[in-house]
Amino acid sequence: MIMETLKTENNQTETRAGMKNEMEIVFDAVSSNESFARTAVAAFAAHMNPTMEELADIKTAVSEAVTNAIIHGYENFYGYSRHGESQPAYFIIHPGKVKIHCTLENGILTVEITDNGKGIADLDKAMEPLYTTRPELERSGMGFAFMEAFMDELDVKSVVGRGTCVHMKKKLGTGAWIDGEE
Amino acid sequence: MEEFQVIENCLMVKLPEEVDHHRAAYICENADRLIIREDVNHVVFDFEDTRFMDSSGIGIIMGRYKKISCFGGKVYAIHADKQIQRILRMSGLNNIVEVM
Repeated sequence: MIMETLKTENNQTETRAGMKNEMEIVFDAVSSNESFARTAVAAFAAHMNPTMEELADIKTAVSEAVTNAIIHGYENFYGYSRHGESQPAYFIIHPGKVKIHCTLENGILTVEITDNGKGIADLDKAMEPLYTTRPELERSGMGFAFMEAFMDELDVKSVVGRGTCVHMKKKLGTGAWIDGEE
Repeated sequence: MEEFQVIENCLMVKLPEEVDHHRAAYICENADRLIIREDVNHVVFDFEDTRFMDSSGIGIIMGRYKKISCFGGKVYAIHADKQIQRILRMSGLNNIVEVM
């Protein structure tokens, strides 16, 4: 029904402007929830008819932020305590929750990802590409760089010992690729 | 084990549908074990089934590159779709990895 209205209206933005939608999820800070989190946000944004590229961008940015919250905020990870073990295992150092709050308004998706973990001491340093505090986990240090590149707006607030809040915005339905090749 | 295959001096790694932190440790550990045990020169990452990758995937490739490049080995990425290619390019990995 909503889709019908969107299609028949000439001024889509005006129709979308009238629609506000909101959702919130809270889940345990364990890495098996990473795929759940990004899929949930993508599904929430899906009824705005985003392009495949926009959906992929959202999923990547959410995945980066949620993974950061889990492995840096709470220091929980899924891996090997030493080499030679047959299967990876969960290492829950600080049990906690990650909260995602999303709103859709005027064709703009706002995602807020909050944890109550250890916080980021040097935010400028953390935002630098390739910088990582945990090289042993062999992630690339590209998390914030990806969030910045794939979303239109990125704002990070953090208090040491209290937690971190990543605030991101993306305009949907523009269809433009960042580097617009092909 | 189909995800990891050694063909001559190449290690073929078939990546899962979604490559994220949760899957990364398993891939790294097994790839490293084979790189050492089977004495492989080159690593090929096959993205045929992969529809999603985040920076953890970049970490997997970068880590394997560091392990084999000092012995003259090369890293290849095959069957990467547009989105994966874009991530490889954005991270600058296309400079050290042959994307085919």
